[in-house]
Order: sequence, then C-alpha cells, then structure tokens
Amino acid sequence: MRKLHTFHGGIHPAEHKLESSAQPSLRAPLPQRLVLPLKQHIGSAAKALVQAGDKVLKGQLLAAAEGMLSAAIHAPTSGTVAAIDFHAVAHPSGLPELCIVLQPDGEDRWLEHAGFDYRALPRDELLNRLRDAGIVGLGGATFPTHVKLNNAQHIQTLILNGAECEPWITTDDRLMCERAAEIVQGIEILRYLAQPADTLIGIEDNKPQAIAAMQQACAGSGIEVVVIPTLYPSGGEKQLIKILTGKEVPSGGRPLNIGVVCSNVATAFAIHRMVNHGEPLISRLITVTGNVKSPRNIEALIGTPIAELVQLAGGALEDANGYIVGGPMMGLEVTNAQLPVVKGSNCIIVKSDKLFPAPPPALPCIRCTRCVQVCPAELQPQDLYWFARAKNLGKAQSYNLFDCIECGACSYVCPSNIPLVQYYRFAKSEIWANERDKEAANLARERHEFHLLRIEREKQDKADKLAQKEKAALAAKAAAATQAQPIPSQPAQSQPAPDPATVSATDAVAIDALRAQVREIAHPEAKHTKE
Amino acid sequence: MLIALLVMSFIALALGAVLGFSALKFRVEGNPLVDKIDAILPQTQCGQCSFPGCKPYATAIAAGEADINRCPPGGEEGIRKLADLLGKEFIPFGEDTAAPKPKSVAVIDENTCIGCTLCIQACPVDAIAGAAKQMHTIIAVECTGCELCVAPCPVDCITMVPLPQTLQTWKWQYPEDAQEKKAP
Amino acid sequence: MFPPFTTQASSVREIMFKVLLALLPGIALYVWYFGPAILVSITLASLTALATEAVMLKLRRRPLAPFLSDNSALLTAWLLALSIPPLAPWWLVVVGTMFAISVAKHLYGGLGSNPFNPAMVGYAVLIISFPAYMTHWLAPQGLGQLELNFMQQLGYIFGGHFPAGVTVDAVSMATPLDTLKTQLHSAHSMGDILQMPVYGNLGGKGSEMVALGFVIGGIYLLANRIISWHLPLTFLAALFATAGAFYLFDPAHYAPPLFHWFSGAAMLAAFFILTDPVTSPTTIRGKFIFAAGAGFLTYIIRVFGGFPDGVAFATLLMNMCVPLIDAYTQPKVFGKKGEQ
Repeated sequence: MRKLHTFHGGIHPAEHKLESSAQPSLRAPLPQRLVLPLKQHIGSAAKALVQAGDKVLKGQLLAAAEGMLSAAIHAPTSGTVAAIDFHAVAHPSGLPELCIVLQPDGEDRWLEHAGFDYRALPRDELLNRLRDAGIVGLGGATFPTHVKLNNAQHIQTLILNGAECEPWITTDDRLMCERAAEIVQGIEILRYLAQPADTLIGIEDNKPQAIAAMQQACAGSGIEVVVIPTLYPSGGEKQLIKILTGKEVPSGGRPLNIGVVCSNVATAFAIHRMVNHGEPLISRLITVTGNVKSPRNIEALIGTPIAELVQLAGGALEDANGYIVGGPMMGLEVTNAQLPVVKGSNCIIVKSDKLFPAPPPALPCIRCTRCVQVCPAELQPQDLYWFARAKNLGKAQSYNLFDCIECGACSYVCPSNIPLVQYYRFAKSEIWANERDKEAANLARERHEFHLLRIEREKQDKADKLAQKEKAALAAKAAAATQAQPIPSQPAQSQPAPDPATVSATDAVAIDALRAQVREIAHPEAKHTKE
Repeated sequence: MLIALLVMSFIALALGAVLGFSALKFRVEGNPLVDKIDAILPQTQCGQCSFPGCKPYATAIAAGEADINRCPPGGEEGIRKLADLLGKEFIPFGEDTAAPKPKSVAVIDENTCIGCTLCIQACPVDAIAGAAKQMHTIIAVECTGCELCVAPCPVDCITMVPLPQTLQTWKWQYPEDAQEKKAP
Repeated sequence: MFPPFTTQASSVREIMFKVLLALLPGIALYVWYFGPAILVSITLASLTALATEAVMLKLRRRPLAPFLSDNSALLTAWLLALSIPPLAPWWLVVVGTMFAISVAKHLYGGLGSNPFNPAMVGYAVLIISFPAYMTHWLAPQGLGQLELNFMQQLGYIFGGHFPAGVTVDAVSMATPLDTLKTQLHSAHSMGDILQMPVYGNLGGKGSEMVALGFVIGGIYLLANRIISWHLPLTFLAALFATAGAFYLFDPAHYAPPLFHWFSGAAMLAAFFILTDPVTSPTTIRGKFIFAAGAGFLTYIIRVFGGFPDGVAFATLLMNMCVPLIDAYTQPKVFGKKGEQ
C-alpha cells in the first residue's frame, strides 16, 4: 500500500453519482447541427482553415492551432460548413464567440486516417501530432496537452487523474469502467513521452467498479492504481498531487516544478484514439444528469447542442429550470439549450428548484472560519472576502488571492450564504484588468514623453532654422553686394559663379518654407484667439 | 526644574543633529515620490485634474498642492492607491471633478474631416495619424480616451465611442449581496 | 445564482440558536441555586435587545426579518443578563442591553462588523456608570440573611423598593471573588477565607455549579463544532497557569487556580464570550495568543484591579488587538510553505 497524504480541509457534499453511473454509456446519434467554437481551450483561438460552403469529411482539420498555446479543431462528422460566425457559447460573459457551424450530411464519412507507431517517431513530431489532433486536458481545464508535455521528460511521477470528486459527474467513472484497456494504452503513450519513474492513477473510493477495471487493465504494466478517500476537491490537480506524493505545487508554479505531470484519464483515452487509431479529438463522454428522466453518460460529438443530449437522457422533467454546464461546485449556469458542448464539457445537469434550491439571501460574515477549515488552498477566505468586497484589491492579492482554486468549498459551508467564490473571481478579474490598464498607461506615458520631446525638438529645430536662415539671408545679401562689384583679377573662372536668378529662386522657396513654419508656430495662438 | 529643562533641550538638540545629519547623509536625488504617484495615475494626459497632464498633477500632489481625488479616469481605485501611497485617508471625488466614464476611444468621422491637423496637435500621445489636407485617423490602441481632440475640431467630426466588451476585457461582476440592498 | 449551486444546510440563525441552547444548563442551575430572578433579567434583556435591534435596523435601512431572526441579538442579551446581578432595578439591564446593541453592535456596522463583544461592552458601561448596583449579587439559597420570594423580588426589580424593614444588604452579598479581596485586605489567611460559607468545593457556593453548567454547554458546542477547542482551552490554561504561578509563589495570599476557574465568569468567558467569532481572531495561532492574553489579563485584573471580575475588561482589551493579531499570524498557504 502506498502511503497517502492529506491536503487541508475539503468537504463531503452529497455525491449524487449513482443516478448516472449505473447506466452504460450511450453513443449519441448525429445531431441536426454542430457548433464548434474556435476557442475551446486555454490559450489563443484556433485559426479557421475552411470557409462557409466548404464540404468537409469527418476528422478533417477545420481550424489550426495558432501560436504557442492553442489547439486544433476538427470536423466531428462529414458535412458542409454552414457559416463561420459569432454564436452563443457557454461562457460566463454571455458574449458570443466565433464558431464554425457545421451542417452534417448524415453520411458520417471519415477522412482517411490510421494509427501509427509512436515509438518510431521523434518526440517533437509526436507532440506536434498531439497539437494537430486538438488534444487538450479533458478534466475541465482544457490546457493543450502538447504544451503540458513539452518540457516533461524524465519526470518523477506521472499522475492520472481519475478522482472525479465533484458531485453528479460520472464521465471518468464510466470511461474507466468501459474503456480501461484503452486508457492504459493512452497512459503508455504518456509514459513514453514523459518517462516517469512512477505512474499512478488516483481514483476516489466511491468508484469500486472503475477501480477494479483499472486494476485489471494495469496488471503487470507498472502502473499503480491508488485508491484515495472520497473528499472534495481531491480531484483538483494540486490536491491530488499532494495526496499521492505529499508534495505541494509551489504557489504560482506548475506541477512540473516538482517533477510531476498530471493528466486526466479521459485525456489519456483521447491520446490513445489519436495515436492508435488516427482519430483527432472530435467527441467525448458527457454526463447528462439532474432533473432528467434517465440520467446517463453519453458519448457526444463536440459541438452538439445541450438540448439534444438532454433528449437522449430521457428529456427534462417538468420542473426543470435551466442547466449547469460542469459540476454543481464549479460549473456554469446557462439557460440556452442550444449552446454547444465543447471539449471541456464533462457534465450537463438539468436544474430544478428542488434539486438546487436558491440559497437564502446572504447575511454578513461572522468570521466563523468554517471556510478556513475547509479551504484546500489553506487561505483565509473570510479575509479575502472582506478585501474583495471592499474592492481593496492590493490587499486581497497580498493575502494570496491567486492561490484560490475556486473550488467553492468555502461557499458550500458558509452559514451566511455569501457567494464567496464570486467575490474572488470579481477581485481576480479586476486585478487582471488593472494590469492591462497599467500596461496601457505605461505605453501612454512613453508616448506622451516622446510627444513632449518631439515638440521640444521641433521648437528647437525651428529656432535653429530661423537663425540659420537669417544668417544665410545676411550672407546672401553680403555675397550679392560683393558680386555687384566687378572683380577684374578673376579672368579665368575655374568655377561657374552662381547665377543671381537661381539664388533668388532658392531663396524664395526657403522663405516660403520659413513662412509656413512661422505660421505653424503661430498656430496655437491663432487657435486660441479664434476661441 | 532646571535639570529637566536642560535635559529636554539637550535631547532636542541631539535629535535635531541626528535628523540634520541623516537629511544630508541619506539625501535622495530627484523626487521619487512624483514618479511613484505618476505610476498610479492612468496616463490619459486628459487634464481633467486641471493640470496639464499626469506628471504635473503628480508633482502637485507630491508638493501637497492638489488633492488626490481629482483624477476621474483613475477611478476610486486610483484614489485608494494614492491614499495608500501617501498615508492619507480615502476621499471621494470632489463635486467639481467630472464623474468617471467608461473607457472610450476617439473616432474620427472620415467623411467630415477636413484635414486641419488641429486634433493632431492636441493629441498628447501622438495617436492621430494624418497630414494637412489629408483625412486623419485615430490609432485606437494608442488612444487614451482623453477627449482633448474633441474640442479643437472645427467640424465636430470626432466622437468618443465607449470600448465594446470583448472576451479579453470582460470582467466578473461584483456580486450583488443582500446586505447592501436597502429596504424601501 | 452563483456556484456552488449546492450548499450545506447551515445558517447563522442555527449557530446562534445552538449557542443559546448551550446556555440552558447553566441557566437552569442558576435558577436552582439563586432563584428565578435571573429569568426576569434574561426576559427583560431579550425584549430590549430585539426592540433595539429593530429600531437600529430601521434607522440603518436594513431589512428587519433576516437580522431579527438571526438570534444574535438574543445571544448578546442573554450573555449580558448572565453577567450582571439579577436583583437589580429593571432599567439597569435595559440600559446595558440598549447600549450593547445600539452602540457596540450597530454603530460599528451591525452583525459581523463589531470589533468589541457587545455584551461585554454593555457590562463595562454598567459597571463604570452604576458600580453600586453591580455589586449586589443574590446570595445562594440558604445563605442570605433572609430570602425574598419571587413576588418581592419582582417588586424590587420593577418598583425599586424592598418590603418594609429589608435592606439590600440583607438579601444580597458580595461575590466570592469580591469577598476574597476584602477578606485578604483584613489580613485573613487564604485557608480561613475559603472555609467561609460563601465558598463551596471549588469556587463560590452555587456559582461553581453554574460554572459547571456552562462547561456542559461548552462541551455541547465543541461536540457540535460550533466552537473550536483552541479558544476555551487556551484561555483556561492561561488562567490556570497564571493563577498557579502566583499560588505556588504564595499560597497564603493567592487563591488556587481551580478557584479562579470556577468563580466569576471564567467558564462563561471560556466557552461563550471569547468564542464570539466576530470579535476573536481567525487564525489558529491568533486564537492561542488571544485566549492566552485574555486568561492572563483576567487574572491580573481580578487580583490587582479594582473590579469584581476581570473577564469583561480582559476580553475587551484583547478584542482591541484582534486585527493586529490576525495580521501578524497569517499562516503559510498551500504551495508557499517552503518560502521564508
């Protein structure tokens, strides 16, 4: 038995996993229409390679990774690109995003594809293929996998996250039950890339079936299945690493800083499909649960509207009043059933007042420190709340606001029902905005200083030119005077004497320019008198 | 009594000497306070504070000649930061100061512009491109929204357009909480 | 709605209610040993607290329902009523409660924003303004020169007069702590003093049992995780250690540590007053410092100060330090433990 460690705090919310975990997963039929946001991952949006009207095949690259941190998007089925346009997506801002809208032709015809022997490829090439296949972390954070693995070589520990600690969600559970062997094949590819000393799979003890399946699949492979106690948020990356290795990811750092790479089991499965079958990331398993007739897991194409998935789960019951995309602790509430599911969507919960009653109005904080007791980041949530509420952003930051993982444990236990996480999100985004403003201000300061410098220099130049002109005019006059006198001692002219006419002509041009300059200098005053 | 007086005067002299010495020894060249204040100001160079730019306002604050609540683009957070820096109390915006507005950029109506260059001269950050008798245009990313170009335009072709919200500028809202809601 | 969409069913009202519930054993024993007069002052204080709370909320334009039903005003009222002599004119408890709720609580921003424990502020105001009334405590039953029946007590509380021929000194007596101080002044030895009838096995007769009642309530709160052990145990340990040190130094002049535990408001303070979350530190190290300071100061004020008990002033003095304590005891967060 591996020695398990604990992280501070944590909560035990009602699990609600049995509703959906008992049913075998279902493959969704082709939807009416697919909406594929160009940004389904952390980083910059992918760049569309197709145009409206293009016919595409299943698995065809629709949008390529753009920049260092990005991931590609593929056609989940064959059909026609109906439009590339702004479409509502599941984002807290409610702002529309650029999406590729795909009209399936019903044939579901694959682009020619095949698996390959990854051991025969150089590491860089394999990582590039991961990027081009659009593989991102499927645990919810959607961090592009090729970037995560880029510098991960000869690491200490590779951790596969099968904890799935958030209530209601059972996709990883189902996937491990049904696809254990394939997950292990994916893990082997990860091991090939990262060459870890240890490979661990962390699974919460409320998933006995998945544990058994994974243990069987891992037998003899050197991969260790570690059963961890059920405690939210043990599936948080930093928390899981702490549980399994006892090491803490440094504040502001990445797991790689302590020799760890952590990846979701669903990501390993996606890597397996890509490498061994040549299939890019075009579908994923999604839990559809809550206030529906028959909650279950559905393998859906990326871009399928929420409404079609809810229908497949038997349809919403009568008192349904909205959806949660993601889990009940960290998810997002949406009302529009036409929003597409994306790579990061692991769960759709149909809401009802009975299942998710609105909290009573918030009361003031009484500093009871229940939030401190449960905070897995060991923060002082009541202080952060105090500062965020007072918009005292600097203080919030110095009290380690950015170490908050927004798990919601503090709000869960708050007797005053304060939406604490919302305050932290508010404070974080204000701080980011301030940083952007700061950059803009620095740019403006530089430009203003340059502006002042330029004005000063122009003034100086004008003054200099004026003086020069005057000098030149004087010199010209003097020259003209001397020229007027005949010089008999110079019979042979080695140099042609300047023609008086040309001299006066250049003079006239110069004087004109001078006048223009003087006018320009006088302009501000003229403007003032006009006003 | 006499001893007390002597002791006190001696202490006063000694401390005075120490202060005088440290003032000479630890003399700071320039005025770093002005730079610190200037770093907080938003650099719109708009002059709404009644000073001709951010630096002059910073200089005036450092000299104690201006209050810290005269910069609308800096918002209340700006006042708070200045108060923190200077060890002063937070004060709300004065009544003679304009209310903070959403961040905007100037936009030139290119059909109306006569190319007079007046706005180019007014722009404190050289964010307007154009030449005499040529249509002008504003480089939006460099515009600070100071509005200084609006007034000089003889044909009123410059308007201030609030920046639209994008995913990059979107922010989480301040949670409405019950305790702040006042009963009717 | 904001995430999380699911929350634990807990509320400020429930927490405060459980604290009130935990006070009941102490109150029951109080009634058993000192008669029902305490119930009168608790009722008076409760009504005053609710009325004052309502008026202040109205003045501050805050909604009445959620705040009136949060039980916090009731808790302040009960703690104040338990801190002052039950046999006192009605206006004493009313003035104290009004001050506690209006000034100490609402003028500082209401629930959650008050830096000082409102009940202790009310107590401090009363003992400074009306010291004479604050020293007439009811004698435990069987010890007073004569005992008033409940009607006679009501007559005094509301009418301000005793039955003919009865003086206040006949029905009341000084607290064990006060007696100790005055007796030590008249050069009696500690051993002799503790043999006096006012003393029981550990502290004052009767009052030690009430203190025990508060301990029972405190254990209930600990078991229900309403309070954490840090504050009460540190406070009691600090009080014990300070008293023990003095006792070892000179047993003839300083009472044994257990006596200090079970007399005055030490147990009430340990489990109900210091543990007020609003006015105590939030960090673990801060809680140790706060409670240790309170325990030490309680002893010092009791033994060397001019007031009958040191709990209130010790609490208020430490309340004052809470922001400072919190600021300087911030724990290292996840991922920053290696940093210096």
